[in-house]
Amino acid sequence: MKHLLSIADLGTDGIEEVLHLTDSFVEVSARPIPKVPALRGKTVVSLFYEDSTRTRLSFETAAKRLSADTMTFTVGSSSVNKGESLRDTVETLRAMGADAFVVRHGSAGVPWQVAAWSAGASVVNGGDGWHEHPTQALLDCYTVRRARAERGLDPALAGLRVAIVGDVKHSRVARSNVLAFAALGAEVTLVAPPTLLPPDLTGWPVEVSHDLDTTLAKCDVVYLLRMQLERQHEALVPSLREYTARYGLTSGRARLLADDALVLHPGPMNRGVEIAGDVATHPNAVITQQVANGVAVRMAVLFLLLGAGGDLGG
Amino acid sequence: MAEGRLVVRGGTLVDETGERTGDLLLGDEGTILAAGEDLDVPAGATVLDAGGCIVAPGLVDLHTHLRQPGNEEAETVETGCRAAALGGYTAVVAMPNTDPPIDCAAVVREVLDLGATAACEVAVAGAITKGRRGEQLAPLGEMADLGVRLFTDDGAGVQDNRLMRRALEYASALGVTLAQHCEDEALAAGGHMHEGEWSSRLGIPGVPSDAEELMVLRDIALARRTGGRVHFLHLSTAGAIEAVRAAKAAGLTVTAEAAPHHFTLSHALVASYDPLYKVNPPLRTDDDITAVKAGLADGTIDAIATDHAPHPPEAKEAPFDQAPPGMLGLETALALALTELDLPVRDVLGLLSWRPARIAGLHRHGGPLTEGAPANVCVIDPAATWTVDPAALASRSRNTPYAGRTLTGRVRHTVLHGEAVVVDGEAQR
Repeated sequence: MKHLLSIADLGTDGIEEVLHLTDSFVEVSARPIPKVPALRGKTVVSLFYEDSTRTRLSFETAAKRLSADTMTFTVGSSSVNKGESLRDTVETLRAMGADAFVVRHGSAGVPWQVAAWSAGASVVNGGDGWHEHPTQALLDCYTVRRARAERGLDPALAGLRVAIVGDVKHSRVARSNVLAFAALGAEVTLVAPPTLLPPDLTGWPVEVSHDLDTTLAKCDVVYLLRMQLERQHEALVPSLREYTARYGLTSGRARLLADDALVLHPGPMNRGVEIAGDVATHPNAVITQQVANGVAVRMAVLFLLLGAGGDLGG
Repeated sequence: MAEGRLVVRGGTLVDETGERTGDLLLGDEGTILAAGEDLDVPAGATVLDAGGCIVAPGLVDLHTHLRQPGNEEAETVETGCRAAALGGYTAVVAMPNTDPPIDCAAVVREVLDLGATAACEVAVAGAITKGRRGEQLAPLGEMADLGVRLFTDDGAGVQDNRLMRRALEYASALGVTLAQHCEDEALAAGGHMHEGEWSSRLGIPGVPSDAEELMVLRDIALARRTGGRVHFLHLSTAGAIEAVRAAKAAGLTVTAEAAPHHFTLSHALVASYDPLYKVNPPLRTDDDITAVKAGLADGTIDAIATDHAPHPPEAKEAPFDQAPPGMLGLETALALALTELDLPVRDVLGLLSWRPARIAGLHRHGGPLTEGAPANVCVIDPAATWTVDPAALASRSRNTPYAGRTLTGRVRHTVLHGEAVVVDGEAQR
């Protein structure tokens, strides 16, 4: 594998491979010195055109635990303000020896453009516009599996009923998760008002519901999406208050969930909007585990792209 | 008596009146001196070989962005007209979204002057509103006095219903046509591709078909009320074409054009995220492509117009949602029409030559190929196959979406006002 741009690039086998490898890196992360020399001498560049401290730090921690060198390029500290083009930036960083680019950009498709100009360096999509965020989906799949195994449940995603709730239309997390969950055999239901769904779901392996209560009662995983405050100014919902009343996982509504149903959220949460504060801290809410697993999943991805065939060491 | 300067020999003459084999003798005053079989070649005349070729009236493009004044890094009148001549065109209508825009007599004169020595005739479309801002009428009469016959704010549609009504009323007294870029900005706001299956999957904000269709329907209603003449630019949706079909059936004098990319390329191509596939109106669905072809076949759509929109390479290397819309078209339109449309050659030439010539009021173009008619002619080898190479295009820009595509049909010679401006595929100006 040269790049990780879309979950679709991986397919079911590729996802399984990443998740399998992630187990090893969870083990590495638990060591007193959580570091292996697998990517020594490699340089991983974070190319972040959009503010995302969490994702950037997760990738950089992953790269450092693999002993790669890291460089960070973020808007504000760069020549983007001097009008340098994306292509010139990529070619410049490649000339400095970048082996991999982790790209975050507010415009869909930019990682594909970077891959076209990266002259042999690998590209990982760290989130492009509304489009995809493949490592988020991988860490979510990993988190579901692991959390279910820890609870003595069948860890396989095949046949699991997953509800993805909220602003799917503007969500790269949702687009990657639909592909990943479906590839692993889960049954995905999107729950949102029609204004927050993509306008045409032809070809999407999903069911659609506008009734959260009914869906909650029969799902194994509920995945809440972040609700952006500006949506109420775009006539997509009348108000956040009404959104919460109809589509928020309130304390009362959480009682509809089965005892072993898991609650996930990609963060950062709007407590009191899409998720009530006490629901976020419920034992079946695995939101901090998602963050912890994120580092291990990203180690697995970087290792597959840059170090496959290498030695995990110890 | 005029001297015979050029003989176009051995082709099939195709014009609105029919098809026949024959030669053309073209005079140095820019008229056809004789048309017929086995004409004698006068001493000193040049012979253009048309063996195996179609000899047609020069093509007319209703929709060309020549980018001058203001955006000369993308195209100039000189380079755009060279590209046009190589594509078989003897006349193009220059769109007014330049910088400054063509919204007054001074800028009209500037562009006409630039066109005077170019490889094809340059007609000018003036803006409907001052600065193309959609607020106040531009001096339509002052521009009409300079020969402007089409007015448009292309790049944007006139949003204000009342202003568009007034423009149509005012224009009807001048005998000019208002050409609309149909796009309701409130519905289209923020969109960068067709709203549908692919925009949903790709996470790119979409422009719904309704944004085009609502403005077409509005302008049909206003044309009915005012008696003003409306021409619809670059129709791209099945619904818009159906609306025009119904308006024509009801006897309204509306006309319409479609661009080659809207009958050859679908929105699925945007999956590459290559801004070469970004255009406005956007590439649409397979059903829309079918509807455009049907509209061209049944006369609902009167003309094929290129919407030739040059942009320098760096502009098309931006992220998809930041790149400007537009594609080159002048050098590929004829071959695409011949290759992709299942229509008789004469119908294709009607869509590219005499019908747009009439809409633009360009009486010196569009044939017929008869004695005394203007000597604006293109010679097409219908069997020649060629592969589109962006680097080989005469346009100053390279943003063709057809790189590497093999097409059938190529311009061999173009004659403008009796002078050969393209000979054996080589530009002479």
